[in-house]
Amino acid sequence: MVAASVEIRLAAAWNALADVNDPEIPTVSVVDLGVIRTVAFSSDGRTLEIELMPTFVGCPAVDVMRDEITAKLSALGIADEVRVALSFVEAWTSERITARGRERLRRSGFAPPVPQGRIPPDRDPLDELAVLPIASCPYCGSRNTTLENPFGPTLCRAIYYCAACRQPFEQFKTV
Amino acid sequence: MSSAAPPEALLGDVTRDALAELLLATADDEFVIGFWDSEWTGIAPMLEEDVAMSSIAQDEIGHARALYELLAETTHDDPDRIAFGRPADAFRHAALMNHPRTDWAFTVARRFLYEHADAVRLEALARSSHERLAGLAGKMRREESYHRMHADAWLQRLAEAGGEARKRLTAALQRLWPDADAVFTPLSGEPELLASGVLAEPLAALHGRWRARVRPTLERLSLPVGGDGAPPPDGRTRRTDDFRWLHGEFTMVAGSEEGATW
Repeated sequence: MVAASVEIRLAAAWNALADVNDPEIPTVSVVDLGVIRTVAFSSDGRTLEIELMPTFVGCPAVDVMRDEITAKLSALGIADEVRVALSFVEAWTSERITARGRERLRRSGFAPPVPQGRIPPDRDPLDELAVLPIASCPYCGSRNTTLENPFGPTLCRAIYYCAACRQPFEQFKTV
Repeated sequence: MSSAAPPEALLGDVTRDALAELLLATADDEFVIGFWDSEWTGIAPMLEEDVAMSSIAQDEIGHARALYELLAETTHDDPDRIAFGRPADAFRHAALMNHPRTDWAFTVARRFLYEHADAVRLEALARSSHERLAGLAGKMRREESYHRMHADAWLQRLAEAGGEARKRLTAALQRLWPDADAVFTPLSGEPELLASGVLAEPLAALHGRWRARVRPTLERLSLPVGGDGAPPPDGRTRRTDDFRWLHGEFTMVAGSEEGATW
């Protein structure tokens, strides 16, 4: 076993995770997507345990992410074993995407999800998620956009149209 | 990790059996409706709906997978065996899911009745004393809000269209209502589920809440509202030839080479 302190090994693990991207949106890392809930060593220090929170329960990319995380962290040689477990203890929400993740989404042509702080306090957020009409066009920045389809090419994407630059675009769904 | 505490450490045998019954019923509902609705891929009435219905079906099958995995941990089984290795008569979905896809109005009617039943059930499961089930239900609720909006929008659209669309929608609602009640057919382990707090409220109470929730929408659109009868006792054990056909379809690949991986 490598003698480096737990803190150093954990920092190495987080650094490596920043290089694992969402296979469906390859410009955003799993860290910026907010799908890593915890990174910790087992009490005997031998096993590195990762809690992964799927963006959508049925996301087929989760298995790919899991394999890539396991391979990347195993290659670091900081633990005898790497275990990646799916966690639903708390719900992943689109609020977990970091500011850098939102910016990277936008630069790759995806409108970031609507911040849920915009939901009026007297409304049930679960009733409002699906009907939030606001998405800024990732190409020209206009808010003159319309929701074409709340369902898109993957579970986490919705389809919009920008009336200003006349481009269809996708949004990472607010959930 | 707090989530690592296995359910069996907390639950007695009887409650564990009851939990398995609840998980199987819920998972089978999601799995079977997901398979029926996946049949619209490529043939939905318009491109947007092709995408939407495929996405909704994928969500449902994904929810079923997560529930089967939780069930498999509870009963020391294999989730793939539970999904693809059971005979048709061992499925425990509500009678609502026995019907084939039929036409678009029929699919919309079933989705409307089911989405609201599922929403009422998920609200209760999100308050479960079983931490992992509660967490999973909470996550599923957020995704299902999109499905509900979709079903509500189409129900209104077909009802207000009049003519053939309204006629077919009305007939489908009349036909499906008694089988939709079956989502709330009492489970044999319900007393244990209630005593342990795994189920926060009796299914009869959830049944009443579901009816109260769908009634105003149906009345506003002058669509038929079903009776106030209790759910049928055999609501989760009755199987049809239509379902047996679907079962043959979805077990075909797994059944062709037992134990194969890909």
